[in-house]
Amino acid sequence: MNSRTIFPFHGGVHPPEFKDLSSGAPIAAAPLPSKLVVPLLQSVGNCARPLVQVGERVLKGQKIGAPDGALSVAVHAPTSGIVTAIGPAMLAHPSGLSEPAITIEPDGEDRWIDRQPLDWRNVEPRIVREHLRDMGIVGLGGAIFPSHLKIVEKGKVKTLIVNGAECEPYITCDDRLMRERAEGILAGAAIVRELLGAQQILVGIEDNKPEAVAIMREAIRASGLPADVGVVPTLYPSGAAKQLIKLLTNIEVPSGVRSTDLGVQCFNVGTLYTIWRAIEFGEPAISRVVTLTGNVERPGNYEALIGTPLNELLQLAGVRPQATGYVYGGPMMGFELANLDIGLSKAGNCIIVRDAVHFPPRPLEMPCIRCGKCADACPIELQPMDFYWFTRSKRYDKLEQWQLFDCIECGACAYVCPSHIRLVDYFRYAKSEIWADERQMKAADHARQRHEFRQFREEREKREKAERLAARAAPKAVEANSEAAPVDAADAERAARIKAAMERAAAKNAALNVESAPLVEPPAAPTEPALDEEKAARIRAAMQKREEEKARLAAMSPEERAALDAEKAARIAAAKEKAAAKKAAQEQDKAE
Amino acid sequence: MMTSPFVAQPMPLNRLMYRVIGALLPGMAVATWAFGIGVLVQVALAVAVALATEAWCLNLRRYPVRPYLADGSAVLTACLLALSIPPLAPWWLVVLGTFIAVGFVKHLFGGLGQNPFNPAMIGFAALIVSFPAQMSRWAAPLALAPADLDAVAQIGLIFTGHLSSGAGFDAVASATPLDAIRTGLLQRIPLADILGTPKFGALGGAAQQWIALGYLLGGLFLWQQRVIQWRLPVVFLGSVFLTATLFYWANPAHYASPLLHLFAGGTMLGAFFIVTDPVTSPTTPLGQIIFAGLAGVLAYLIRVLGNFPDGVAFSVIIMNIVVPFLDQYTQPAVFGRKKGGRA
Repeated sequence: MNSRTIFPFHGGVHPPEFKDLSSGAPIAAAPLPSKLVVPLLQSVGNCARPLVQVGERVLKGQKIGAPDGALSVAVHAPTSGIVTAIGPAMLAHPSGLSEPAITIEPDGEDRWIDRQPLDWRNVEPRIVREHLRDMGIVGLGGAIFPSHLKIVEKGKVKTLIVNGAECEPYITCDDRLMRERAEGILAGAAIVRELLGAQQILVGIEDNKPEAVAIMREAIRASGLPADVGVVPTLYPSGAAKQLIKLLTNIEVPSGVRSTDLGVQCFNVGTLYTIWRAIEFGEPAISRVVTLTGNVERPGNYEALIGTPLNELLQLAGVRPQATGYVYGGPMMGFELANLDIGLSKAGNCIIVRDAVHFPPRPLEMPCIRCGKCADACPIELQPMDFYWFTRSKRYDKLEQWQLFDCIECGACAYVCPSHIRLVDYFRYAKSEIWADERQMKAADHARQRHEFRQFREEREKREKAERLAARAAPKAVEANSEAAPVDAADAERAARIKAAMERAAAKNAALNVESAPLVEPPAAPTEPALDEEKAARIRAAMQKREEEKARLAAMSPEERAALDAEKAARIAAAKEKAAAKKAAQEQDKAE
Repeated sequence: MMTSPFVAQPMPLNRLMYRVIGALLPGMAVATWAFGIGVLVQVALAVAVALATEAWCLNLRRYPVRPYLADGSAVLTACLLALSIPPLAPWWLVVLGTFIAVGFVKHLFGGLGQNPFNPAMIGFAALIVSFPAQMSRWAAPLALAPADLDAVAQIGLIFTGHLSSGAGFDAVASATPLDAIRTGLLQRIPLADILGTPKFGALGGAAQQWIALGYLLGGLFLWQQRVIQWRLPVVFLGSVFLTATLFYWANPAHYASPLLHLFAGGTMLGAFFIVTDPVTSPTTPLGQIIFAGLAGVLAYLIRVLGNFPDGVAFSVIIMNIVVPFLDQYTQPAVFGRKKGGRA
């Protein structure tokens, strides 16, 4: 079945697939729901900024959220209707946090906005990237990384990998997409290939999807593209980008290195399809295919609008009694949904309804006997049993040294562990602890730097003042000899002025100290309780925001964090530049 | 609230342990055939003591007794120790050894998974150091026995120390093949003459070689079931074989053939059931090779040059000490971080 050489990666597991539950069901369009709760957080970066107001009428495909920052993409109205609410809503995210969302009540007309295809061959790459960002295109494999950031400058990427591996059990949305919309996927791949200047396209599909393989092969033959299908063994996590790249090209992309630097870029099949729709038809990403499976009457694959409440979606499949829970994503890396009144997100490739037979409660955790089965299963060639010991003994230095942060949390180790140790939970915990330590250290460094600078500034101001006074006093001293009496009067007046100024400064300083005082300081004078409450509320809000930020960071992959850091650094650099410019202008003013 | 992964492979710890115990059965059966019911009496004694000690320790340490007692680890330790000691040794020997193994070596170090040393081997070593006379009370295999030894006689020997006729153990005592070689060479008997006695078979001891084959069979079963990997046993056996070959080449008149060393004493039991103990062996591939390789060399040297009946237990204990260092310094390269790789 395979003509290509496949380069196996270390480890991997093969859990029961259960794909036949839904793989036979063609993609069906989900009906218009009663409401759409469209999260504004639809990519790894910041939340999009809302562009509409409550009560506003929107059209299908209308931009309702503007990207905010480099890692953010636009958000669109999935159908025409009226905005009924803008505010925090529960997010389909492991953190279970609330983030701003726009609620739209459909008017039933499903009226499109004027769609503008992009003449992508005749515009600058920058325009194409902006178009993709404004069309809300993110990776639909689950990582929701903005696709426009993956269209790097031409010539760097030699091989475009099309990810149709779909290695998680149960999920069949990519399988169906390849079977039903192979031409669209390849059209998207052709566009991306040309934008990247890549020489070849390699489609990676697991050998448990022979129909998809055959159809994709046929579509490639018909398209005349320099493409090939690599049939990879069914071994989780073959669909993880780095594992698929290894399988198809034998290139190992180290953690923290972008695959583009090694000449490879990987796109999910669904993402390529939406890229094609966005560029050739001007259709933004407002829907996706989602597999509804598990303990349901009619498992299947539905094309659903982003923002469709999950409980309405699940009604299509018919949840059977004895449902014990709902998993968003696959059974290996998905997360438990605490609430079904949540809008479908772009990451939502699958909802599994759990039952006690296929998802029994995890048995008692037994001691680790260092059997090494986890190390045999780890696709990153880590030593999970050592991580486990280090986490328990809080040896975070060791964890970092032994590359804990290369862990992709695929869950293969926890799957094979005979002692049923929840290894991934230990690693998530260790990572968040290490990040917390780092942030604390950074905050301490920052505070120290601020303190040092303040000392330096006070020192400098004192010195400058002294110099100014000395400079002024020198000619006056000469005058003083001739006109003693009037000068004395002037001196006294000046002294009084200086004294007043110093008092003012002292008062201001005191106020500042209170403002920047740590939280343990007792609250300021009880004569101003209103101000205090306001301040406390502000502090509480800031603390909560920090907590949320922390949770969001914890959920990110190292690359995403790196990108976010870069963004922050850029913002800081820009602010610094602005400050420098302002200072320069002031200096100039002073000089004049 | 559950977290990913939501599914788990149905191969829990206790099934793993019972599979190892099951793999001991062929060897145990052959041993019973060769030496009599005494083997099973020792195993039963050891298992009873191990379970009692385990339950007591778990209770003291406030662990849930039932699931931990059912994990099979104490039973396995008991079986390994019981199969290592003379089948007709006095009953208190195996009781004491098992108590030391489970109570001291396992639970005083923190219980399952925390013990740096192999419990059965420390139990064995403690007995052989403390009670060398009782620990060398091996009877001849039944086929070669000078006196008739039925089940009742064997049980009587274990629990009372003498036969019903009033005769002591000496009536049935017989040196093990390895002891026979050692004492024979000391008396300047040519090796060929020693090996010519009916004590020896084509591979090792006349009876012992079949027991070793039983353990080999069980080991292959474990390998086929993916309970153990090939590395530790193969390297250990290879190391014993190579070391023995070197000595044999240097002086075949004084050193027995490498084949005999593979099938005599505790080599096979050690290779598949002792060296492969995951708790006390390294986890890294290179670490495992060094561990098993050095254990093989030491086992041979202690056996041939030392004064103890066999060297497997001591070599494993010595190598247990270096396991943390081996793990520390033999970390394999992580995905994408290999030297000389394409990445």
